[in-house]
Amino acid sequence: MIEARELGFRFAPDTHWLFRDLSFSLAGGQTLALLGRNGRGKTTLLKCVANLLTPSAGAIKSDGVIGYVPQQFSTPFSYSVFDIVLMGRARHLGMFSNPTSQDRARANEALDLVGLGEFAERAIMTLSGGERQLALIARALASQADILLLDEPTSALDFRNQAIVLSMLRHLAAERGLTVIMTTHDPTHALEIADRAIFLYGPERSEEGPLEAMFIEDKLTELYGITMRKFNSGDNGRRHANIVADYRSIGAVS
Amino acid sequence: MAERAVAPRGGALAIQSSLALLLLAAAFVSLTMGRFPIAIGDIATLIVSWVGIGPGRAGVSEPVWRVIELVRVPRILVGAFVGAGLAVSGAVLQGIFRNPLVDPHIIGVSSGAAFGGVLAILFGLGAAILWSMAFVFGLAAVLLVIVVSRKAGRTSILMLVLAGVVISAMFAALVSLATYFANPNDTLPAIVFWLMGSFASATPGRALLMLPIITVFIVPLLLIRFRLNVLSLGEEEAQGLGIRVEPTRWLALACVAGITAASVANTGMIGWVGLVVPHFARAVVGPDHRQLLPAAAMIGASYMLIIDTIARTLISAELPLGVLTALIGAPIFVLILHRTQNQGWQ
Repeated sequence: MIEARELGFRFAPDTHWLFRDLSFSLAGGQTLALLGRNGRGKTTLLKCVANLLTPSAGAIKSDGVIGYVPQQFSTPFSYSVFDIVLMGRARHLGMFSNPTSQDRARANEALDLVGLGEFAERAIMTLSGGERQLALIARALASQADILLLDEPTSALDFRNQAIVLSMLRHLAAERGLTVIMTTHDPTHALEIADRAIFLYGPERSEEGPLEAMFIEDKLTELYGITMRKFNSGDNGRRHANIVADYRSIGAVS
Repeated sequence: MAERAVAPRGGALAIQSSLALLLLAAAFVSLTMGRFPIAIGDIATLIVSWVGIGPGRAGVSEPVWRVIELVRVPRILVGAFVGAGLAVSGAVLQGIFRNPLVDPHIIGVSSGAAFGGVLAILFGLGAAILWSMAFVFGLAAVLLVIVVSRKAGRTSILMLVLAGVVISAMFAALVSLATYFANPNDTLPAIVFWLMGSFASATPGRALLMLPIITVFIVPLLLIRFRLNVLSLGEEEAQGLGIRVEPTRWLALACVAGITAASVANTGMIGWVGLVVPHFARAVVGPDHRQLLPAAAMIGASYMLIIDTIARTLISAELPLGVLTALIGAPIFVLILHRTQNQGWQ
């Protein structure tokens, strides 16, 4: 469960608000997508929820462990995938403690769950982008996260890897009851897995609601400043919908 | 980026044991070598006597046990602890700064300690005061670095490095100033030789002072070795993993400062050990601090003993350690960098 009330953020007291009066609440098993143009505060909002940034206004209540999956992960050290996943256990260990065999077992379980069992001994930086994203999800799972926050988990991936990551997130929310919040630049990905969405239109203007209410062409067009079209293919509505930008409309929409 | 298998976990114990054997071998060789020739049989007699076997000192001539027990053993102990301390410090700092060029001297402690020591020599103060002044000035320099690097109640790693460079430069200038005013007939050479580093001052008393000090600072670093893994991913990553970064970082910095100040106070400036040995250790056991820190400690101690043995046997006069660690360390560093790309660092 996670509940945010009247959240606001600005970098300094006299500057404009990146977002303001933003409220939402999510139950376990629900997925929320954050959408908006570059620089509109998606990552900032996510970091506020993750407790990596302090909101300038409002409050966030959450119960359970939060697992944060950054957009980019890079380390100069040749840590193995297992080493990295094991670090998810750190929050449960004291400053002077080392992981026990139980911690190692949890890390292995998490790796198996995301299907990376056989990659355990590989150096993390030798994995492909999609595999690395799954490893970071495994790390969050190893930390026994109840709430999973992901910053553009699919943005650097090819279609097949996008599908793998999305179906993993869908599985974690549906089968394991995790609360998932992710930022994305692809509305179709939100349609695939999200129950609710936040649109960050611009300074001080944002909107939160169930996916069906948010994903209409007018709102999407305002969100991206370019004409957006929604196509329904197949018969059961949103799971088969496709959202496409009309790139040549640039200039026609402000 | 080449694919690379991580060192198998079962092999870790074997590797650490081999490093321990290497250290014991280095200590034994160092014990046997020197300008006063001692038969290996005499050394063996003395060593077994320390655990209560055999005739003990009665079994060897007096000069032999005096040289061994009052000169070589203290020197070996001090050398090994300083080497281990500097190597562990370097490994820790490279980890939390995520930078392969960092060594314990970067946080300002060495220059501060050097200035404290030089002041003591300049005013003709005794060895005990020299030691204390170097230690205190070293810690004071680190405090200064921390104060300078603090911005809005927080300290970023970048600010810490920059402040370290600035404060180091300041104390280096003060050392130059002190040398400039030093009497060229007696004080100046004393300063120059002290700065170049030597274990020649090691006595049983000095060993009894250094061993507990360095132990007190190394043990916490070894205890937080898993935390250091998390810290080495960067500040935000560590926070995202639910770790409060600053307490661990301050503890690590305090221990590194203590080790470095103690070693500069005792031995003068010994560069390169804290830079080269962690790279070498990472090439052997990988980047995981749980393996890296013990390995760095043993390799650092062995390296220091080998260097010191060379320093006091190569020519009839004793060579300064700082010169040797650099002359031998630089080519080793180049070799490691070429041989072991992707081992430890990506």
